[in-house]
Amino acid sequence: MEMVYIIILSIFVGVEVISKVPSALHTPLMSGANAIHGVVIIGAIIVMGHADPGNLAALIIGFLAVVLGTLNVVGGFVVTDRMLEMFKKKK
Amino acid sequence: MEQYILAITYLVASVLFIFGLKMLGDPKTARRGNILAALGMGLAILATMAFHKDDAGQRIGNYAWIIGGLLVGTVAGWLAAVKVKMTAMPQMVSLFNGMGGACAALISISEFDHLMHLAGSSTGVATAGVLFTMVAGLVIGSVSFTGSMIAFAKLQGIMKKNIRFPLYNIINILVLLGIVVFSFLIIRQIPADPYPYFYAVFALSLLYGVLFVIPIGGADMPVVISLLNSFTGVAAAFGGFLYDNQVMLTGGILVGSAGTLLTIVMCRAMNRSLSNVIFGGFGGGAKAAEGSGKEGGNVKATTVSDVAILLNYAQKVIVVPGYGLAVAQAQHAIHEMESLLEDKGVEVKYAIHPVAGRMPGHMNVLLAEANVEYEKLAEMEEVNPEFPTTDVVLVVGANDVVNPAAKSDPSSPIYGMPVLNVEESRNVIVVKRSMNTGYAGIDNELFGYENCSMLFADAKTAITQIVNELKNL
Repeated sequence: MEMVYIIILSIFVGVEVISKVPSALHTPLMSGANAIHGVVIIGAIIVMGHADPGNLAALIIGFLAVVLGTLNVVGGFVVTDRMLEMFKKKK
Repeated sequence: MEQYILAITYLVASVLFIFGLKMLGDPKTARRGNILAALGMGLAILATMAFHKDDAGQRIGNYAWIIGGLLVGTVAGWLAAVKVKMTAMPQMVSLFNGMGGACAALISISEFDHLMHLAGSSTGVATAGVLFTMVAGLVIGSVSFTGSMIAFAKLQGIMKKNIRFPLYNIINILVLLGIVVFSFLIIRQIPADPYPYFYAVFALSLLYGVLFVIPIGGADMPVVISLLNSFTGVAAAFGGFLYDNQVMLTGGILVGSAGTLLTIVMCRAMNRSLSNVIFGGFGGGAKAAEGSGKEGGNVKATTVSDVAILLNYAQKVIVVPGYGLAVAQAQHAIHEMESLLEDKGVEVKYAIHPVAGRMPGHMNVLLAEANVEYEKLAEMEEVNPEFPTTDVVLVVGANDVVNPAAKSDPSSPIYGMPVLNVEESRNVIVVKRSMNTGYAGIDNELFGYENCSMLFADAKTAITQIVNELKNL
């Protein structure tokens, strides 16, 4: 039940946070949100962390999940930062 | 004690995500917002590795594998993000989004396998709720993965056509139906061996992601990426459900809802509806095909020396810069050409269309970097009446912003968009690498006009060569 509360409140927060954004920021905002859903990496770490060390297939899938999740997080944040660098130049 | 530290860290991370996202919406705070969100992510990852315990009280193990994976992902992600050119950013976002989707799908596959092993050994532990969460994460993650890959391929230019085939809608519906029916069977635990069904759902979801994006045109890709972005958010949230993990849930849902709204806002900015973007692909493509037949063979190509002579004896020249100028980094070369012509007594101006380039203000920043005088940059409204008295218009890497179809052809997707009336001048030279379409993915009838010639070359190479020719004249 606690989870349902979190979901409903998060939906409202998400909608609230995005309203009234200038169109020039749409791309970086999308990119920033993209990095945040990289939070799926937490799930990958849990999968990997509880995989049976004797089960090679499970280890490989877990490892792949960790790599992909990290790509999402690191790539996402770095790309967003580079995009936002462009805005500094404008006076 | 440790669970509390973990719970509080997750709470802090969630708050950082919210603040980060909020700050990303304002140019002044955007960069700090991004860093705050990254900080939240780092905290959540470290806390999970240090304090997470599963239901049986088992700690995280396999540290070597986890740290190895984190290192590989960090190095690869960092390098890719730093090396990529500014112009290729949108497809990079799509690529990273796909990685997140694939990650969510893999988590579901792994947990399903784990669950089936448990069910085999002891009493059946699988509940419909848990199975539903797994299947939902699998489906959404997979669709997001292949969809993002197709979007990446389209933006990167690997896949140029918007593929449509007969019975598209029927195939689409059958695939969706397959996903729903098999998922239902798995969740109700009807088949004795659910593995084939689970993998069928996986395969069909991957296929659906491809089918979903394939007919949508290049200009609509940012909207599609934004939509897939919110899909991945939802897939991450299902992961949160599966593990009772609050930070995955808040992060995922936050992106899911913010992403959906952002998608709608982007559609509104383009004056279209979301369903028009997703299902409108078919009609738009048919029209574009007709257009290309119309302009056909009378496109004239010209040479660097002809252009140089034309420019040398002109009285007034207007340069129309576009995305291609930015890609080729030709801003310094164009400034050199402009100074040379000014020395020869030719009046030179730049006409800046409000959406030239990929970002508002893109061309201004670029030309300012090359020390082009601010007075030489003219806005569209002030420069449009000047074209009839202009000898040569040099269009450098721009396309859609000079397409006359926006004024004359009500069936054109860009009909109604204000454009630069370059065709009214005496000569139009278009510097372009090929006859490929611009961002909107439509043909430009300007190229077939009597007073228009094409100079097929990379902007920087072409302009540098023109500069050399001008020096010799």
